[in-house]
Amino acid sequence: MERIIDTHHIEKIYNDDEQETRALDGVTMHVNEGEFVAIMGASGSGKSTLLQVLGCLDRSTNGTYLFEEKDVTLYTDVELARVRNEKMGFVFQSFNLLPRLSVLDNVILPLIYAGVSKKERVQRAEAMIELVGLSNRIHHQASQLSGGQKQRVAIARALVNEPKIIFADEPTGNLDSKSGAVILEFLQMLNSKGKTLVVVTHETYVAQAAERIVHIADGRVSHEEKVTHRRIISSDGFIK
Amino acid sequence: MIAISDIFTSALTGLKVHPSRSILTIAGIVIGIISIVAVTSLGQGAQGLILGEIQKFGPTNVFLLPGRQPNGPSSAESTLLNDSLVQKDIDALNNKSNVPDAQRVIPVVFGQAIASYEGETYSTMIMGSTQDLQKFFDLTLEEGRFFDNTDVLSHANTAVIGKTVAKKLFGATDPLDKKIKMQGRVLRVVGVMEEQGSGSFVNFDKAIMAPYPFVQQDVLGIKYFQRVVVAATTVEKVPGMINDITRTLRYNHNIDNPSKDDFSIQTQESITKTVSTVTDILTVLLVCVAAISLVVGGVGIMNIMLVSVTERTREIGLRKALGATSGNVLLQFLIEALFLTISGGIVGVCGGIALSWGAAWLLQTQWGINFPLVVSPTGIVLGIVVSGGVGIAFGIFPAWAASHKSPIEALRHE
Repeated sequence: MERIIDTHHIEKIYNDDEQETRALDGVTMHVNEGEFVAIMGASGSGKSTLLQVLGCLDRSTNGTYLFEEKDVTLYTDVELARVRNEKMGFVFQSFNLLPRLSVLDNVILPLIYAGVSKKERVQRAEAMIELVGLSNRIHHQASQLSGGQKQRVAIARALVNEPKIIFADEPTGNLDSKSGAVILEFLQMLNSKGKTLVVVTHETYVAQAAERIVHIADGRVSHEEKVTHRRIISSDGFIK
Repeated sequence: MIAISDIFTSALTGLKVHPSRSILTIAGIVIGIISIVAVTSLGQGAQGLILGEIQKFGPTNVFLLPGRQPNGPSSAESTLLNDSLVQKDIDALNNKSNVPDAQRVIPVVFGQAIASYEGETYSTMIMGSTQDLQKFFDLTLEEGRFFDNTDVLSHANTAVIGKTVAKKLFGATDPLDKKIKMQGRVLRVVGVMEEQGSGSFVNFDKAIMAPYPFVQQDVLGIKYFQRVVVAATTVEKVPGMINDITRTLRYNHNIDNPSKDDFSIQTQESITKTVSTVTDILTVLLVCVAAISLVVGGVGIMNIMLVSVTERTREIGLRKALGATSGNVLLQFLIEALFLTISGGIVGVCGGIALSWGAAWLLQTQWGINFPLVVSPTGIVLGIVVSGGVGIAFGIFPAWAASHKSPIEALRHE
């Protein structure tokens, strides 16, 4: 199995008010293609910072980060933007939709920056919206949707440009258990179809949906574990 | 690569989905530009009005004033000598051998008096002169005739009255051949003027005009003239004519020393110079007002832009997370700011012109002031450059700052 992500001694140091904060303190980890990895840790452990660095949303201070065997720490901002656009999809805890835009326009956004033709992007976005079961809400404003629906739109948006990997930061954090289960079920389904997934969470039941859990504490990888009894989520059978 | 047209669409969508914010921003720009355009246009209109009135005097006319050239507001000498221009001077000036280039000599006397007719009274300006006054001020008659040289020579009591005087004293009655009483004397109305408006320095609608000998001696009881207008045959002859007038008057008044002159001569040019001091002050004042309105408008635009773009920092972060480059984001915000400032600019310029029109129209219709409509190109350019510049600068600057943050930093923005 090929490694899609390979990091060596990644550090992220914030200097606020002359006080140094080591959010990441030498993280070395990898993610294989097609894998479903959960990054777990307590609040403030650095797991979200790690996801942001892995998702090229932020730069590490030190260390090397190979994405598809290329050192992205050397990339320019424009090159990073292209990597995010073409190779990565993001699902955030707070959805991060543009509230005044319609479901369709929100899902289309990555395709605009990918330079996909208007006709094609509408077709692709409609297909993704259908996949997440929101075809009947396609022209609704994002602000009119429930939390679960918003997260499904976010997933459709993450998938629309056919990325290699999906990063999800606490994807169920703002959802009730039933909506959360729907999202997790969806993520598992994507993984079963070959999509690589990295999910950050502090909740065990979410991590149990993954194949492997990377535990983070104080900005370091404390240990890793293979999920032996992988929890297969079903929208009606899942209880927190 | 993202297509420019898509950034355009994103920008317009951004404006469309936040109508109130877009309208507020445009309103800020509109108000900024309206104020500057209106202030400068009205200011230039006022200057035009004043200078236009002076231009009406004509470049061939010179004005003789009794007394010394005043040195200041309390120059006592000028008042003491204000009776220096008398009939002897008029006769001398009319003599072709003294002032060969003088085409016309128009002596003028004036004062305030109460006119009455059958119990109706009206406080009016009484002006005595010759028939040339009509031509000089371009006065048009509604009925009757202007007094002529025969009236002047025969010391006649014939009078031409302004429209307002006719209305106040006579109401619906035809004033022709009626007799007006003034200072115990009787004036016979021979003509009624059309409404002249108060554009000129003299409000002829509220004035009564009569041959000067009658007004001077019988109504005002004076022997001197307050003004004498001398018209030269051509503009080129004016300087020579002024020399002739000066020589003639000095001879008449036995003056050897020019500093003792008891009269002064003004030309359209010299009046313009004097008045331009006033209009210069007006200009400075207007520039100050315009600057203040620009600052106020500019700060307004700055605030709205700053707030609306800053509150979109998260959006900028999101767009970057989804693959937009800083350049893409900046271009989108530039197009948004351009669209807002251009549409605000167009509305503002139209509004400014409309406001200036409205004000000029009000002044013309309500106050009878012949206020010219001037659209100040300086005001338009200044308004657009400053309001537009501020709009674009403060539409771009926060977007630039946000686009240079990492996507996650921008996304975290509250």
